[in-house]
Amino acid sequence: MVPPPLGLPGMLRWAWTQLTSMRTALFLLLLLAVAAVPGSLFPQRPANPAVVAQHIKNNPDYGRILDALQLYDVYSSAWFSSIYILLFISLIGCVLPRAIAHYKAMRSQPPRTPKRLSRLPEYGTLVLPVGAGVPASRAIAEAAALLKKRGYRVEVRDDDARPSVGAERGFLKEVGNLVFHTSLIGVLVCVAIGGMFGHRGQKILVEGDTFVNTLVGYDNFAPGTNFQSTQLVPFTVTLDKFDVRFDRESTKQFGQPIDFTAALTTRDGLNAPPRQQILKVNEPVYFGETGMFLVGNGYAPVITVKDGNGQTAFSGPVVSIPTDAVFTSTIVAKVPDAGPSQLGFAGFFLPSAVKNAEGVAYSFDPDPLNPQLNLNSYYGDLGLDDGKPQNVYNLDVQKLTQLNGRGLPAGGIVLNAGQTYTLPEGKGSISFDGLKRYIGVDIRTVPGQAGVLVFSLLAVAGLITSLYVNRRRVWVRAGNNEDGRTMVEYGLLARGEDHRLAAEAAAVRSLLAGQWRPAPGTASSGRADNDVTGTPRAQPPAGFAQSTADPHEQTKEN
Amino acid sequence: MPTLNETMGQYSELFMLLAAGTYTVAFIAFAWDLAKSSKTLRVVDLKAAALSGAEAARVPVGAGVGASGGAVDRADSEVAGPVGRAERPTSSVSGSQGSGAGLTADGGMRYGAERRVPARVAVALAVLGAAIHAAGVITRALGAGRVPWGNMYEFLTTGAFVAVAVFLLVLVHRDLRFLGTFVIGLAIIMLVAASVAFWTPVGHLVPALQSYWLIIHVSIAVLSSALFTLTFAMSALQLVQSHRQKTVAAGGADKLGFMRLVPNALSLENLSYRINAIAFVGWTFTLMFGAIWAEKAWGRFWGWDTKEVWTFVIWVVYAGYLHARATRGWTGTRAAWLSIVGYLCVVFNFAIVNQFFNGLHSYSGL
Repeated sequence: MVPPPLGLPGMLRWAWTQLTSMRTALFLLLLLAVAAVPGSLFPQRPANPAVVAQHIKNNPDYGRILDALQLYDVYSSAWFSSIYILLFISLIGCVLPRAIAHYKAMRSQPPRTPKRLSRLPEYGTLVLPVGAGVPASRAIAEAAALLKKRGYRVEVRDDDARPSVGAERGFLKEVGNLVFHTSLIGVLVCVAIGGMFGHRGQKILVEGDTFVNTLVGYDNFAPGTNFQSTQLVPFTVTLDKFDVRFDRESTKQFGQPIDFTAALTTRDGLNAPPRQQILKVNEPVYFGETGMFLVGNGYAPVITVKDGNGQTAFSGPVVSIPTDAVFTSTIVAKVPDAGPSQLGFAGFFLPSAVKNAEGVAYSFDPDPLNPQLNLNSYYGDLGLDDGKPQNVYNLDVQKLTQLNGRGLPAGGIVLNAGQTYTLPEGKGSISFDGLKRYIGVDIRTVPGQAGVLVFSLLAVAGLITSLYVNRRRVWVRAGNNEDGRTMVEYGLLARGEDHRLAAEAAAVRSLLAGQWRPAPGTASSGRADNDVTGTPRAQPPAGFAQSTADPHEQTKEN
Repeated sequence: MPTLNETMGQYSELFMLLAAGTYTVAFIAFAWDLAKSSKTLRVVDLKAAALSGAEAARVPVGAGVGASGGAVDRADSEVAGPVGRAERPTSSVSGSQGSGAGLTADGGMRYGAERRVPARVAVALAVLGAAIHAAGVITRALGAGRVPWGNMYEFLTTGAFVAVAVFLLVLVHRDLRFLGTFVIGLAIIMLVAASVAFWTPVGHLVPALQSYWLIIHVSIAVLSSALFTLTFAMSALQLVQSHRQKTVAAGGADKLGFMRLVPNALSLENLSYRINAIAFVGWTFTLMFGAIWAEKAWGRFWGWDTKEVWTFVIWVVYAGYLHARATRGWTGTRAAWLSIVGYLCVVFNFAIVNQFFNGLHSYSGL
């Protein structure tokens, strides 16, 4: 399409017309579907920052290109945003004029009666016999009353020779359509509010731990763009006990988790009375608008490390990260307080350890049937003293000297429950004193959430209304024949998809026919019945005869 | 936690196998109906030509009118009113739309007067198959002690049942027997795929699925998918039929005689639009209820998880389809393609995304 040479205002007008056209809207809609797909093909930063980092590390060149194209942040990328923003501008540009037009339509009278009703998709005639005593004007008044009762808005046009009534119904269809589209804007706005004022954080809680809802309490915290720490609701949560049940019935799914239950003691504020609450998957615990969700769990072996000086340098649970369905977990313990040199441990925690043929230990069950630690040990500088943040689940061994390991004369450390191992070279000892479980929780506040739900429900209501309310127009016209009969014709027209227009025509017809049911024996003559009501030909309704729909069409069709 | 009944589960698998077998026979009968009918139609054509030379000469290929289903066709074409009066013909689309383009089937998809024995046999077998299939789904539910859609195997077997059930229900009101090979064929594929690729014995649900939202969210997803399956078949037929109508109208040879049992392209388009509209509302609910459940289970109502992405893509494609029907130049063939693309996304979302994409919806049970 070539823009007309109209200068800047003309160009803008042209661009606006193009943007708000149905064709463009449809194109943008389909483009949105296509643009959403890459987000499922590549790991996404908001969901999985670590996986993205790994992906870039594994594919440095390719990864850099993907990153430059914002393919790791598809849903906040410039291109995805521009598509949906354009789509919503197009939508507003479409909805506004339509709303104004519909407002006017709702306040105006039904459109004028077409000259040739027979051209309408549904058409029929009725003939009132001589003795019926219903002249044209009365027939139209009665037809108008009937249509009005049926929910039509009517206007009677008193034309002396051929009076008619125009009727229209189903204005809700367009209202539904407008509500649907407007609600989508509402959903978008509420999502944006959630992104601005919401916050999200993660916390790992070992049995016995207490979480206080302050910024320092979180392991991870992602505030919305307009978040302020005063928005944090004061509450505390203590994990009293965490129970896991695994499937012991099914053969194929043996050992699959079937229940996670966390028993909590919560307080709405530091001095509030304690409450016992249960946190489960699908059963979050709410503190006002802030929700706490159970998203992960694992084992936290309790270990005690004594250093080379004989002092207890560490004692407590260490969170291990499960890597598979039988909870084979990686574990890292850093002991910066150990002297004379710092100590570090890295290895596996196996809840149900057995040895395979090669002598390698593995876990055969997720329950702690034979808990075991398999560790390497290191000493030296852990690199924690320079204040640089470190991943607690990752031991950087570059500046460390290994003490224990499969390749070393001392071998790896294998600790069963309750056992203690003395480190080589008098570096101290480590003991496996007990086992606790931990849970990982997400804590979130999403302020616009209720709004999203309300607008979604409105959208669905609007959608259903726009799909299933039918906007129809009916015109009935009558005339007095010279021989005293009253000739009535009617036509129906649908706006938009309406597969039930024929049924409506039939209903309108039977209403009219019922109204003017003449006395028996006054049947009039007429041509063959081809009426839409599907009334059997042998029995015209109440003695009425119907003329054919349109002689022209008849010839055309045969 | 309900106890498992593995014996019941084994019965269920036996029923599924029997259902697949019965469907296979039904499928053959439906195919036989199509093959036989094109022959029958030819004979009817010849007879009609002999009886009323004039009419047959004027509309040579559409001469089925006036013979077996003639009365119905005729009435309908008169009822339907003129072509092209409305912006888009909407009500009671007539058989007349395609007259001259080699059509015999009634555009309103009402049952005709002619006896189609193979089709009746096929429908009877499909009903029998569906009954056995229902037994399979119910015993599965009893065996697992919960709703039978907790993993991919169950989603497929239940989904196939719903597709067949919806098809048979629609058959009560409309003569959609021409869809039989398609729908029953897809049901067989689904049952075989379920048993071969996704087989999972009865088991408990992982904690993430233990929610009443499983009943609401997934049942609506299954129902919508079943409806999309029907419209996929209709849209595919619509493309073939529209191509054939053009060929025949241009005076080309009618190579696909059996397609005369299929209504004209516009009728197919209109009915598939109506079904797609229902399915779209269903899919909207699937998406919404999914979001509500996601908020409960994962703490956020929308997180662009792979499954969420594809559910969104499907929703947008079908929204595009609904809009296309109201856009000049996008009705007919293009709309049909959108409907087909939408269904391919549904299949992709189920078969590929669940297994090969990492996401929170990894409940295949494999």
